[in-house]
Amino acid sequence: MKAFTVHSGIAAPMDRANVDTDLIIPKQFLKSIKRSGFGPNLFDELRYLDEGQPGQDCSKRPLNPEFALNQPRYAGASVLLARENFGCGSSREHAPWALEDYGFRCIIAPSFADIFFNNCFKNGVLPIALPADTVDSLFEALYANEGYTLEIDLPAQVIRTPDGSSVAFEVEPFRKHCLLNGLDDIGLTLESADAIRAFEVLYRERAPWLFGSIR
Amino acid sequence: MAGQTLYDKLWQQHVVESRDDGTALIYIDRHLLHEVTSPQAFEGLRLAGRQPWRLDANLAVPDHNVPTDAAERSGGVDGIVDPVSRLQVKTLDDNCGDFNIVEIPINDRRQGIVHVVGPEQGATLPGMTVVCGDSHTSTHGALGALAHGIGTSEVEHVLATQCLITRKMKNMLVKVDGQLQPGVSAKDVALAVIGRIGTAGGTGYAIEFGGEVVRKLTMEGRMTLCNMSIEAGARMGMVAVDDTTIDYVKGRPYAPTGEQWEQAVAAWRELHSDADAEFDTVIELRGEDIQPQVTWGTSPEMVLPVDGSVPDPEAQPTATAKEAVRRALEYMGLSAGQKITDIRPDRVFIGSCTNSRIEDLRAAADVVRGRKIAASIKQALVVPGSGEVKAQAEAEGLDRIFIDAGMEWREPGCSMCLAMNADKLGAGEHCASTSNRNFEGRQGFGGRTHLVSPAMAAAAAVAGHFVDVRSIAEDV
Ligand code: SF4
Repeated sequence: MKAFTVHSGIAAPMDRANVDTDLIIPKQFLKSIKRSGFGPNLFDELRYLDEGQPGQDCSKRPLNPEFALNQPRYAGASVLLARENFGCGSSREHAPWALEDYGFRCIIAPSFADIFFNNCFKNGVLPIALPADTVDSLFEALYANEGYTLEIDLPAQVIRTPDGSSVAFEVEPFRKHCLLNGLDDIGLTLESADAIRAFEVLYRERAPWLFGSIR
Repeated sequence: MAGQTLYDKLWQQHVVESRDDGTALIYIDRHLLHEVTSPQAFEGLRLAGRQPWRLDANLAVPDHNVPTDAAERSGGVDGIVDPVSRLQVKTLDDNCGDFNIVEIPINDRRQGIVHVVGPEQGATLPGMTVVCGDSHTSTHGALGALAHGIGTSEVEHVLATQCLITRKMKNMLVKVDGQLQPGVSAKDVALAVIGRIGTAGGTGYAIEFGGEVVRKLTMEGRMTLCNMSIEAGARMGMVAVDDTTIDYVKGRPYAPTGEQWEQAVAAWRELHSDADAEFDTVIELRGEDIQPQVTWGTSPEMVLPVDGSVPDPEAQPTATAKEAVRRALEYMGLSAGQKITDIRPDRVFIGSCTNSRIEDLRAAADVVRGRKIAASIKQALVVPGSGEVKAQAEAEGLDRIFIDAGMEWREPGCSMCLAMNADKLGAGEHCASTSNRNFEGRQGFGGRTHLVSPAMAAAAAVAGHFVDVRSIAEDV
C-alpha cells in the first residue's frame, strides 16, 4: 500500500449526497479479476454520455461536459470534496480502487458509509469526515477559486487551505499508523498469531460444532 | 451494570485481542466467498506466499455472474457466453482448487446466491461471526449471528488470519410491535424502517430487530429484514435466537447433530439481549401502521406507501433535499404529485438475496395463480435464490403457476438484482423489483427500479401498474 504523509493537490467537487458505490464504479467493471485499471471508469455513468463496457478504450468515448471531473479547471485533481453518506451501497473495494487509480488520495465529506470508509484506508486513500458547515465552506471556496489546492497533513492532522487557514481532522491512531507507513495489516495481525491460536484452542472446547463441518 | 445486548454478547465471544486504540482483533467463524470480490484477495495471498489460516471456515459459491437462462446454464462454466463473466467464475473455481477451499460449483443443486445458500445449508449458524465480500452479508444476522460485509482487502485478511481488525459499533434497537396487516410482509417492514431512519440512519450501528412483529416473522422474513440493514446504513442487522431459529437450523446439512447439537442449542438459547440491556438508539414502529411500500426514487429511503404520491422537490426542507428529489424524479421519469399506482413497470423481477426464498415465491405465486401478466409487461422474471429453492418450488408446482401466467422461470443466481449477467433493464424502463437497491443504473444503464415485496411485484405484473396487493382481487 502507498504511504500517505503530506499530500497537496487540486480539489474537485462531487456535489451530491448519498453517492453510492454503483455510481463510483458501475457493476460491469467488477468483472475484472485485477485490482488496478479502474480509474478510467470512475463515475462512469456521470462522466461519459454512453454506456461503458469493460475493456473498452475510454479515450474515444463521448464525455459529459457538465460533469465536474471533465472540466479543465479540475484536471489532475487528487482531493475529492463530497457530500453526506459518500460511498453507500455495496462493499466493493473496486470503489476505492477506482478513486485511487484515477489519482484521488483524499476524500473529504460530512459523512461516509462504514464499509467504504474502511476500504479506503486499506488502499492508501484518506477519507476525512468534517462537520457539514465546514464542508459547505470548502465547497464555496472551491467554486470561487480556480485551481483550489488543499494540503492534507496527516502527521499533524490538519488540512491547509490556500488562504492560510487550517482545519483539524480526526483519524483513528491505528489507521493513521498504517497509512503513514504504508503497512499491510495482514502482516501486523500475523504478529498476533499465537494469540489467535490460543483463542482457537479455548474456543474449540467451548463451541466444537463450529469446527470441521465444512470440508 | 446494565445487561448486554445480543450484539455485545456476540462481540465479546469473539474478541481475540483488544487494543488500546479501541480496535480489536475479532475471530471469524464463517467466511463465505463468491466470484466478484475474491480474485484479488487470492492473488494477494499468492503474491505474499500465504495460505488460508483455516480451510473449514470457508465456503465458496459463484452467484453474481452465473447465467439464469437454462440453455446457457446447461453448459456449466464453459457455457457462460460473456467471456469476462466466464473468466471470473472460472477464476473462483481455480482459486478454490488451488487453495483447497470447499466450493459449491455452478451446476450443483445447492448452488445459489451466497446469502440464500449459507443459512439453507446450515453453513451459517446462530452465534457465529459471518463475513463475506458482499454488503448483504447482514442477511445472516437473522440467525442470531454477527454478520457483515467486508471489502476485498479484508477477504484476504480473513483468509490469511481468520480474524478482522475492527471496532465495536453502537447498539440500535428497531422494535416493531403490534401486528402486520395481511398482505404486508417483512420487505415492507424493511422499507418502512429505511423510510423512517434514512439510508444513513444506521451508520455506525449494529441493528437488532425486535418486537412482536419480528418475533412472529419466519426465519425467511427475518432474513429479508436483516438483508436490508445495509440499506439503512448499518453493516449488520440481527434477530435474537428463539424456537423459530432453532427449528430452522435443525437438520440442515452443515448443522451440528447429536450431542453437539444439544450443546449448541444450550449456547444459542443465551443469544438474546438481556432484559436490562441498554441501546444507544431505539426506533419504534407499529406493525398496523405499515402499508405495502414502493420506492419511487434512486435511494431506498425514497419510499412511500402504495397509496402515496411522488413528492414535490419544492416542498423539501433543504436545498440539498430539493436537489436530491429533483434529480431522482428526472432520472426516474416521474413528476411531482404523480400517484404511485399510476407508475407502469415495463419489467418485473422476483428474486435476489432479499426475496428469492421459497416463502417469497409462494407469496408471489398466490397472487398470480390463475391470472395472466398484463400485456404491457415486457418481461417478468422469477429467479429462485438457490437450486434447493428451485427444486422445492417445482415440487409445489409454483413454476407452472408462473409460466402459465406468462412469467419466466429461471435458474438460480443474482440475476437482475445487479445485472452483471444478461438479465437487465433497458434505458428508461421501469421495473417492479424485489431486490434491495434502486440506485441509478443498478439494474441496467438508465434502468428505473422500484423496490417492492414479492406479492407487490406479482400484483404489479398482473395489473400492469403498481397496485395495493390487498385489492388485487377487485382490481384486475
Ligand atoms: S442478489 Fe443482489 S444484493 Fe444479493 S448478493 Fe446478489 S447482487 Fe448482491
